[in-house]
Order: sequence, then C-alpha cells, then structure tokens
Amino acid sequence: MIDLTTRYLGLTLESPIVCSSSPMMQEIDNLRRMEDAGASAVVLHSLFEEQITLESQDLDRNLFHGTESYAEALSYFPEMESFEIGPEAYLEHVRKAKEALSIPVVASLNGISTGGWVDWARRIEAAGADAIELNTYFMPTDIEVSGSQLEEMYLELVRDVKGSVKIPVAVKLSPFFSSIPNFCASLDALGVDGLVMFNRFYQPDFDLERLEVVPRLTLSSPSELLMRLHWVAVLAGRIKADMAVTGGVHGATDVIKSMMAGAKVAMMTSALLEHGIDHLRTVRHELEQWLEANEYPSIALMQGSLSQRKVAEPAAFERANYMKVLRSGAWSRA
Amino acid sequence: MRPRVTLDGNEAAANVAYLASEVIAIYPITPASQMGELADQWAAQERPNIWGSVPRVVEMQSEGGAAGAVHGALQAGSLTTTFTASQGLLLMIPNMYKIAGELTPAVIHIAARSLATHALSIFCDHSDVMAARGTGFAMLFGNSVQEAADMALVAHTATLEARVPFLHIFDGFRTSHEVNTVELPLEEDVRALLGETRIQAHRGRALRPETPSIRGTAQNPDVFFQAREAINPYYAATAEIVQRSMDRLAERTGRQYHLFDYVGAPDAERVIVMMGSGAGAAEEAVERLNREGEKVGLVKVRLFRPFSVGHLLAALPATTKSIAVLDRTKEPGAPGEPLYLDVVSGLAKSFGEGASPFVGFPRVVGGRYGLSSKEFTPTMAKAVLDSLRDDPKHDFVVGINDDVGHTSLAYDPSWSTADSKTVRAVFFGLGSDGTVGANKNTVKIIGEETEFNAQGYFVYDSKKSGSMTVSHLRFGPRDIQSTYLIEQASFVACHQFGFVERVDVLERAEPKATFLLNSPWSKDEVWQHLPARMQRQILDKGLSMYVIDADGLADSIGMGRRINTIMQVCFFALSGVLPRDLAIERIKGAIKKSYGKRGEAVVLKNIEAVDAALSHLHEVDLSGFEVDGFLIPALIGDDAPAFVRDVTGPMMDNAGDSLPVSAMPIDGTFPVGTTRFEKRNIAHEIPVWDEDICIQCGKCVLVCPHSVIRAKILDPAKLSEAPPTFKTVKPRWRELADQAYSLQVAPEDCTGCSLCVEVCPVKNKAEPRFKALNMAPQEPLREAERANWDFFLKLPEVDRNLLDLQKVKDTQLLEPLFEFSGACAGCGETPYIKLATQLFGDRMIVANATGCSSIYGANLPTTPWTKNGAGRGPAWANSLFEDNAEFGLGMRLSIDKQSEYARELVARLAPDLGQDLADALLAADQATEAGITAQRERVEALRKALEPMGTPAARDLHALADSLVKKSVWIIGGDGWAYDIGYGGLDHVLASGENVNILVLDTEVYSNTGGQASKATPRGAVAKFAHNGKLMAKKDLGLIAMAYGGVYVARIAMGADDKQTVKAFLEAEAWEGPSLIIAYSHCIAHGYDLKYGLQQQELAVKSGHWPIFRYNPERAAAGENPMSLDSKAPTVPLEKYVYNETRYTMLVRSKPEAAKRLLAKATSDVSDRWRTYAFLASQAGAKVEGK
Repeated sequence: MIDLTTRYLGLTLESPIVCSSSPMMQEIDNLRRMEDAGASAVVLHSLFEEQITLESQDLDRNLFHGTESYAEALSYFPEMESFEIGPEAYLEHVRKAKEALSIPVVASLNGISTGGWVDWARRIEAAGADAIELNTYFMPTDIEVSGSQLEEMYLELVRDVKGSVKIPVAVKLSPFFSSIPNFCASLDALGVDGLVMFNRFYQPDFDLERLEVVPRLTLSSPSELLMRLHWVAVLAGRIKADMAVTGGVHGATDVIKSMMAGAKVAMMTSALLEHGIDHLRTVRHELEQWLEANEYPSIALMQGSLSQRKVAEPAAFERANYMKVLRSGAWSRA
Repeated sequence: MRPRVTLDGNEAAANVAYLASEVIAIYPITPASQMGELADQWAAQERPNIWGSVPRVVEMQSEGGAAGAVHGALQAGSLTTTFTASQGLLLMIPNMYKIAGELTPAVIHIAARSLATHALSIFCDHSDVMAARGTGFAMLFGNSVQEAADMALVAHTATLEARVPFLHIFDGFRTSHEVNTVELPLEEDVRALLGETRIQAHRGRALRPETPSIRGTAQNPDVFFQAREAINPYYAATAEIVQRSMDRLAERTGRQYHLFDYVGAPDAERVIVMMGSGAGAAEEAVERLNREGEKVGLVKVRLFRPFSVGHLLAALPATTKSIAVLDRTKEPGAPGEPLYLDVVSGLAKSFGEGASPFVGFPRVVGGRYGLSSKEFTPTMAKAVLDSLRDDPKHDFVVGINDDVGHTSLAYDPSWSTADSKTVRAVFFGLGSDGTVGANKNTVKIIGEETEFNAQGYFVYDSKKSGSMTVSHLRFGPRDIQSTYLIEQASFVACHQFGFVERVDVLERAEPKATFLLNSPWSKDEVWQHLPARMQRQILDKGLSMYVIDADGLADSIGMGRRINTIMQVCFFALSGVLPRDLAIERIKGAIKKSYGKRGEAVVLKNIEAVDAALSHLHEVDLSGFEVDGFLIPALIGDDAPAFVRDVTGPMMDNAGDSLPVSAMPIDGTFPVGTTRFEKRNIAHEIPVWDEDICIQCGKCVLVCPHSVIRAKILDPAKLSEAPPTFKTVKPRWRELADQAYSLQVAPEDCTGCSLCVEVCPVKNKAEPRFKALNMAPQEPLREAERANWDFFLKLPEVDRNLLDLQKVKDTQLLEPLFEFSGACAGCGETPYIKLATQLFGDRMIVANATGCSSIYGANLPTTPWTKNGAGRGPAWANSLFEDNAEFGLGMRLSIDKQSEYARELVARLAPDLGQDLADALLAADQATEAGITAQRERVEALRKALEPMGTPAARDLHALADSLVKKSVWIIGGDGWAYDIGYGGLDHVLASGENVNILVLDTEVYSNTGGQASKATPRGAVAKFAHNGKLMAKKDLGLIAMAYGGVYVARIAMGADDKQTVKAFLEAEAWEGPSLIIAYSHCIAHGYDLKYGLQQQELAVKSGHWPIFRYNPERAAAGENPMSLDSKAPTVPLEKYVYNETRYTMLVRSKPEAAKRLLAKATSDVSDRWRTYAFLASQAGAKVEGK
C-alpha cells in the first residue's frame, strides 16, 4: 500500500493534491465533489476586504442617491431588513464548508488595512477554518516605494496576523521579489506555517479597438510550473515553513515534480476548470501508478529529493542563461 | 406608559390599519404611497396583525382596482383596508357607493390632497374627500400625527359597530409627512377596541356557499327607494358610536377626543369652525388671543359625516355671536363650501326647531384657506377672528391676495404665537447632500431620547435634479402643534454656500439667532464672499455666525458631497439641545442604526465624519465688519417676456406666494419655453469639446437629457461676430463642406450627468483617457461658455430640407423643442421626447400621462416644452394618469374632424379661392419635410385669399386653415400608465385604428412616486410592492399590441442602437394607424450611476432582456413579414446586465436564495421570449435585419 499522506501547515493530509483558491469554491456542492474526487484539502476563494468595502459603499451610494430630494419620491427602494454585506456571508461559507467536508478547509484572506487583516483573520478562525492562507499582493506602482519598504509591509502584516490567531497561517506570495530566498527566510523567521508559490495575477492587456486596458486572467499552463519548482527546490531544507506549489500543476507528473522539489502539497485550479472536478481522480490514480511503477512506498520519500541541497548539480538552480555545461567543471571538482 | 416614537402621519395611520386588517389592497399615489409601502414592507417581513397572522397585501393596477378588491374582500368576510388620495379616491368612488350601500364595515385611509383642476397639485386640501361625501362613507379627520394614529383606531373600531364604512382623513404632507413625537396605540389597544363580537358579526355576513345569499341585485322603481332609506337608523347611530369609540380610546390612553372639540374661552363670542391640520395653527391663535383677553374660540371638527348637529351645538358656547367656517376646498358656484353649508343648515334646523342654545342666530360666514398646502398660520386665523368682530364677510379667502374678487382677509405677518421655550431651526440643503435624512434623525434623537417633544417638516423642490430642501425643526417641552412653517428661527443653517446668493436664507432668522454656514471660505475670509443682503441681515439682526468647510471635510473622508453628518454634529454643538458628548453618542448610535446594514465601511466613514466635525467649526468674529458685499444680480433679464418677468420670475425666486390672483392665467394655460430663463448652474463639471478629434456623429446631442449640448452647421461668415472662444470645425457633410460645424454646451443648464462623455465613441489617440468631450469644472468656464451659448442660439437653424433624417447625425442638427427640464440628471426618458420634438415638434400635439414626464414637463415655475423661431412647437396637455390614451385619441378625432371640415370648405370655396390652390391644398403630399413646408406656404396663401371674402364659411376656414397641415399626435407616458392604470384605454386606442403615436417611456417601475413595481417590472427586480423581488415576468406589451395586426409596434433602446431608434420614430409617425413605441428608459430607480445608462441599455439588449424590433403593418401590406428583429440572439449572460443595478443586487444581498431562483427563471424568460420573436421574424417573407 502506497502512503500518499503528507503534512502541510501542521495538518496531516491524505494526499498532496489540494484544490487552490478560485471562484469554484463559492459553491459548497463543488467542494463536496472535490473531496469525493480525492482532494486532500481545499483553499476557499478569497475574502477581499477592499471589495467588501467598495460593495458596501456602492450599495449605500445607490440606495441614498436621489432620496429626500423630491416630494413624491423620498426614496426609490424598499427598506430591507438586512443585507448580507461584509464578511458575514464569507464566514457563513466557511462554517458551511466545515460542516460539509471532512478534509481540512483553508480560508483565504485579502485585506487592505491592518485592522481588516487582523480582525477578519480572527473571525475566520472563529468560523472554524483549519488554516488561513494570506492572499497578499501589494502592487508596487508607486516609484517612491522601495523594494525593502514593500517587503517590510508584508512582514508587518504577517507578524500582525500570526500574533492574533492560533490556527496555521500560510502566505501566498508573488514571484516578484529581488531575493526570494532572503524574503522567504524573513517570513519563515516570523513563524509563518506555509509559503504558497506563487500567486497568479490579472495582467493588464490592451484592447486596441477601444484603446482600453483590459484585465486578463488566463488559465495556467504546465510551463508555469518550472519557475515554482525552481524556487521551492532552492528553499527546500533551508526553511521551516511548509511549501506549496500552485500554478501550472495540471497532472500527476506535475505533482511528483513539486514533491521532488520539496513542496508538501501541489495545488490545482486551472486543470479542474479545464477538465472538470473529476480530473482529480485521474491525477490521484496516475500518481499512485507512478509511485508504484517507480517503487516509491511513500510521498514523503520523494519530498525534496530534487531540491538544490540534494541534487548532484546544485548549480543548475543558479543558471539564469544558457551556458554550455562543461564536462571539465565536473572533472575539476572531483 | 406607552413608548414615545417619532414618526410621520402616514406611518402612524398605516400602523393601526395594518394591525386591524386581514387584506390590504394598495396602489401608489402621493402623498399616501408610504402607507401602502409600509404595509407591503411589514408583510414581507412577516409582521403579524392583531390576530397573529400576516395580512395579505396586494398591489392593484389602479385605485379603481384597489377599491374593487377591497369590496370583494369585504364581501368575502375579511377586514380590509386601503390607502389613497386625490384622483385615486375619485377612482374609488363607484365602489364606495356600493360598499356603503351594503353597510359594510371598512376603512380607507386618506392623506388628503388637491384634485387636479386647472392644474395638478400633489399638496393638501380637502377637495378629494369632499368629492366623496355623497358616497355614504363616514368621514373622520385626524388633525395631527398623533391624531392620525388615534383616529385611525377610532375609525376601525366604529365601523365594525356602526356598519358604516369610514374615510379616515388627515392632511397630505402637513400631517402625512410631518415627523412628530407620538404615542402609538399598542396591539392590545387595537384588539380591545375592535372587540371580538363585532368582528365575528362582520365575518358572519360574508358570502358563503354554506349559507348562500345574493347581493347587488337590480332593483326597480317599486322598491329601490324604500331599500335606500332602510339604512337610515345605522347612520343615525353612527355619531354616538364614534363618540363611544373615542371614549374607549381615552380610557386606555388618556387622550380624550370628541366629535367636535372646542378650545377657547367658555364665553367666546367669535368662533372658528374647521377641520384638519390647520386647526393646530388656529388653536395657537385662539390661545394667545384669550390670554390677551379676547373672547374667541375654535371648534375642531373630527366627524364630518355623518354630521351631528346636536354634538356641534353642544360644543359651541351659547355666547357665540359669530362663526367663521373655514373650508380647505373650493366648490365653484355653491353658496358656500361643504362644512359651511352643514354648519349653517344645522344651526338653521336647531333654530327652526326652537332648540338653539344661542341668544340670537349667530352670524355665520364661510371662507377658504390652505388650498394646495398654502400656508395657514396663527396670524391668518387671527385675521379670520378679527373679521368676525364688526362686519363679517362671507366667501372670504385667507392666505392669498385676491385682487380680483377682493375676497381676501388682510393679516399682519409680524403677529406670531412662537413660544420662547421652543427651539426653532431651519436648514437649507440640497437633496443630494443628505440634509433631510440627517434632520429626520435629529428629530428622532431628540423626540425619543430626551424629555423634549420634536417636530420636523420638510419642504422639497419642484425639480428632480439639483433640488433644494428646507427643513423646519421644532423642539421643546410643550406639545408641538404648530402646523405651519417656521417664521422666526432661532437657528438657521445653510448647507450649501451657493444658496447665499440664490436664496434669502436669513429671511426667517429671528434677532440674535445662530447662523451656521457651510463655507469653502475660512472664518476670516467668508465675509467678503457674502452678498450685501446677507451681510446686512447678519449685522442688523445681531446674529452669531459659524462656518465650517463641510464639503472639504467630507471630501477628505471620502464621503463626496454628503455633508449631512458633519452638519448635524455642528447643529447639536451650537444649539445645545443635548450635552455635546451625549449628542455625539446619540448621533453615532443613529448612524449605526441607519447605515449598519449597509456595511461596516459606511458606518466607519460616517463616524469618522462625526469625530472630525467639531474641530473644523469656527465662529466668525463679526466685530468691525460692515456691509460691503456685492449686490445680487436680477434673476430674470430685462429681455424676458413680461409674463416671465412678472409671474414666472417671482415663482423662480421663491416668492410665488406673493403673486396676486390677477397675475394668474384663469384657465391653467401657460406660455412655453420658460426653462431657458431659469439658469440653475447645478453642474460642478460640464463637457468641453475637443473639436480636433470629434467625428460629428451627434450621439452626445442625441443622448443629452437636458438638451444642453447642441450642434449646428453655420455660415463661416457669421464667425466674425463670434465670441473669442467659440469653436467650429469643417463639417463632415460633403455637401456642406464649405460651412462650419459647431458643438456647443449650455453651461448654466447642464446638470453634469456625463452621459455625453460616456457615449462619445472617439478617443484621443495620444492620450486615450480623453475623448472628444471631456468634463471640466464649470465655474471657470461659465462666463465664456455663456457668451458662446448665447451666440450659438442666435445662429440660424439648419435647413431641415437639406438633411437625411434616416441618419442619426443629421437628426441631431435639428432644433430640439424640449429643453432644460427638471428631470433627474442622466434621465433615460427625456432623450426620446427630445428626439420626437426634433423630428416632428413643429406639428406635434402631446397628450401626456401624469407621472415623471408630466412633472418634468410642466411642474411650475417653468416648462421645457418650447417653440422654434417661427413660433411653432409642441402643444402639450396633461389630463390625468389613467385616461391618457383616450385623451390623446380625443385630440386626434378633433384634429381630423377639423381637417375634414376644412377640406370640405376648401372644396366648397374652390371657385373663389382658385381651383389650382384648392386642388393643391387637397392633394398635398405631406410625407416629407418638403411636402409639409409647401403645404404651410399654401395655407398662408389660403389665409390671404380668405381675408377679403368676409363670409361665415371663409371665416370658418380661416380659423381652421392650420388643420390642413399634417399634425402629429403623440400620447406619452410611463409604464405605470401604459401597463397598469391606463392599459384598458391604451388597448382600446390601439384597437381604434386611429392615427396616434404612443410613446411608452418604460423605466420598468413607477418612478415618479418613488419606485413601486408595475407590470413592466422584470422578474427578480426589487421594487416597492415587490419587496422580495418581482415574482412574475414582465408583461410583453409589444407582443400584445402586435396581435392586432394593424398596430405599428417598436421596442427600442437608444443606447443599443440609435439608428433603429430614429427609424422607429420615423416609421411610427409615418404609419397612418396607431403606433406604439416602447422605449427602454434607464432610471434613478434602477440604482446605479446613470452616466452608464447607455451601457446598461446595450447590455439589456445583448443579454436578451430587451430585444429590439419593429413590427410594421406597412410591410405586411407589401407582402413582407411585418416583424423585423433588430437585435441578435443573446450573447451576454443575463446576470452581466442585471447585477450592475441595485434593484437586482439588493435581492442577492438580502435574499440570495430567492435571487438565484428568480435569476434562473428570468434567464429562461429571456430564451422563451427570444424563441417567440425569432419565430415571428422567420415567417414567410421575413426579413430579419441583423446589425
């Protein structure tokens, strides 16, 4: 019997196949199907503080507009008893997900204010989430803000959240740091439980017809996996935090590579959007088959096996451009 | 002790009505709409009545329908109520005779409102209820907010015992909308007073197959009369029953009422008899006069029908020598108004019977006051009492200057009953700054959280955009029954700096009052920016003055122009009504209550504003200041016509009350084209034209709701006289290439809605954030653009005959004859009306249903309907809400008859006129602009030829000659009219085959009365009366009309396809039978920034919610399929369209499961509808026009 279990964020998972945060997570039915198809944990869609703030202000503005101005129409909408606005609907979703699933439920949070991050992280914890993934990104568009200032913002945020909840906290990172290992080590030093590599963002595209900027998010492709493998492999064994690969994981091979790089879990979304939730069954099946065929009794055995610290050629992770690999180099080292 | 609550009269009455009813039929009408809205809201929230069950609340298609449903529900045994006013009550009258004739207990709650006569008015008088006094309904008046609750309960109680149905009446706006501190009857009060036995007796009389009976027989001369008289004992008993009900109310609440309540000296000699809210003002006058030793009194009539003479006589002191009966209604031609006649006949009867308690027969006179909410103040009541002293005049009026009939009583405006212990505060704000909302909160805080009583009354503007509000707030230890506006304010707040010039805000400030001004200028700078008038008032009255830059502060907090919270804090701080800290705590509490459900972010912003406010409030040190400010320029220029200067001008200047009777048109006829004199300057930003990149498509001109952006092609030679910044470019018309093209904005009429910028299809290639139109601050542009606009207007119009009206860009060179209306900024209706006037305005006659379009079309002081340089333009009239299709049909019939007669006369007089002219007149082809122009020239020739003839036939033809020119009859209204209340008439007119053009401005909701659902409301949209989202699909009016075959039908959406819109108007007008255009009109009641209105229209079409088509019977005649489907199969999911609008998203946020279910159904509506249309369009001979 092959042992697929893995430990991620202090949780024991039945397999390294985790469903990452996406709009699919808004339906409890989808979550159930993911569990049934073999997902070992789910990361819920993000609670966006900014969006809730904007929605709240938008609702207020639209309900207010035109009121108490004209004698025949002092308002234009009926008075509702309540609105589901604010984090309550999300927290309720966390509660429902916990009720519906036996696998761990990781909530995802994107805040804009220190108060928002901390307060909402606490409420997510109270709602029963097994862990929190901080969906962080500070898009550096201000030329006055330096890289180190930006890094300090992340660290402060993680410090605040870690200090206010007891459940494990993972940080989903962008790949855009001057020194990813150094920054990850700084996060690690704060006691963060997991690093999720990497976030994928909407990219501004141009509509040439309308001369407009159009945000675009395409599904990931397996080619995106390589960058993730690279940095996970570089960091494996050097930090305490568990690492997760997300972005470009489409099949069993990608899961295996992620494990060998040193990740504890591999997360999927695009492949499920493309092939359906049942694709998880195929991946798990193929994973088992590969392990069996290659005589790996457990996932644990392969985790980190191709990390920079364990490969024969650590320099392979340091080359950014093509350089002819000289046999002599190998020879001289010997 | 019952809890004290702060609410308005509508809520006070609705609360009792709801508790005491099982079935409630509703229909919106100002000022009673809120009662129905509350009933619907409570039912949606599953609030139970006194039997622990939720009443069935049903919206009907009209008040007539509501009355029918009430009648049926009563017959089937339920306790039933409804709410209405004005014309709505008139529509109920037929059923009211039935309900009363059958001795059925019921109550109808009325917020009394003027009936439309020479004009519509939404304001208060008793002409509506007086029109119903023959129905057999008892009529019980509540004179205040407290009494609206109490008399509602008395009515519901007494009707069950008396079996006589009741109208419970209170004054529209003055009571229905006044916020006051009251004690509401509790559920147990209602239960106890109604009594179980009488309810069971009512149920026992229900129609039931188990004990069958029939009602509503047809009776003949043998028995009808006797049967009618059989009810008399019930009416005879009613007065005592009402009094007993009042006594039982008193036992429970301590508030004792009588059928006629007398206040004043026990030995009074002069007495006023009146009913309604005006009694509050009269009572104050009587109290002061008695204190001053005068022998005066007041009888407050509560039960007007049945009129109990005995109770009246018992109420009047035996010492009474003269009585003035005040009626709030007018009955032209009568010897007196209804209450007067009842009092006189009652006294005469008692005198005749020797039962008079008086020494002699008192002198009784009658007079009118307060029509259409005309102010009635204590000093006016004093004038009435004074007039009784020597030689009382009958048939007087008070409150206006009748310089024609000389019937008015003079009064002393300085005489006041103001109580020194009452704080009187007046606030001037804009609708958009939240002033009224904050003041309502303030009244609530003071009324419910302090020992003080509190009253709030709010005066609104006649415009729907940039409208001013004036709040009148009173607080004090005594009951506040001052049912009139504050005349001497101890606190005046001006929430908009622009008002210092436009409005005399300090007119009502009493000496030593506090003046709070929201000012962009600091305490040291502000003085020099005030007009001399205001400076003088400040110094002469010794005011203390404070300033705060609330706009700057609100902006910095991210609250835009919502300064309400900031100003509210300042009011509390300065007025000292509550200790400062306590006030701030209460304000914060109110914020959480008001905004909490909209999300934490909103609450936090408001609280931030509260915390920041006081540090920005500064007192202005007035020492050393003198009057050195600027003079306010005249509102109306000398070049304005005399009527505008003398009549319209004072109305615009808030001085309409001072106009005498002689100034008024006698028959409601007003000149057109007066909005152009009303420079409102309400836009903060206006569009600026980048002529270099403009492609001259005309879309901005087409969409502008207020006709403030216009295009002309002009002779370049004219440019020598142009102002320096006037812009032109080479026209993009090949045949006019040697001319110049101008696109000009009216800076002072623009509302700043930005629709023009949004619709502009051109982007600056180097910097695409700029378009060919870009918004820029108005103030720095105002002077130059005003000169440019004036120059532009004087340029000649383009020759219509040179244009191809099938092209949108050509139509937008046509002069609009509908301009600068008071519609909402960004209105989706007015562009269609404007387009119609551009195409057909100079031969257009319009029947306009009551609603938004009649209000922005003709709410005085001004009207946007105007005329062209030749003096021709749309002739417009509004009759009612329900009859508009028939009204328009009548116009058509009349015009056709006149035309027919004129043609007969032309034929008869041909030998004298010249056969050629006669033949040309009779055979004229008027299908084109050129044809119409030629016919007009012939008509001129005809007139010249007729002048010397001098025969009766020639004179007739001279008078009717214009009818030989083709006229375009337009029947315009909203969906409330077309789908609901006027549908029967509309259907009949469609079936008539007559040549009328019907334009339905479909906002999918009753917009004018504040967003109630109509049958045009789509499934899933939230509206008032559709609290849980509309459950049924939108009615397909187009498909119904198509079924006639001979009706031209178009469904259009300007934002989706403007070419199709123009085509539909031209085809509809050309079709010689009935035409129906259903126009998608985005609306403030949809809940989004209306600058995106056209994008939403496009999405409505692309999602399949609003497929556009034209069904042209002309094509059928040519053997083609008449149906032309002009939009493609849906390409956008419905949610991409609907979830941009609050009317849909509020259901998602409040009832997500219901929203999901209704969206799924609405999505299937879309596909069903598309299948039907596609099928129709694919029939033999079909020609489906794709885009």
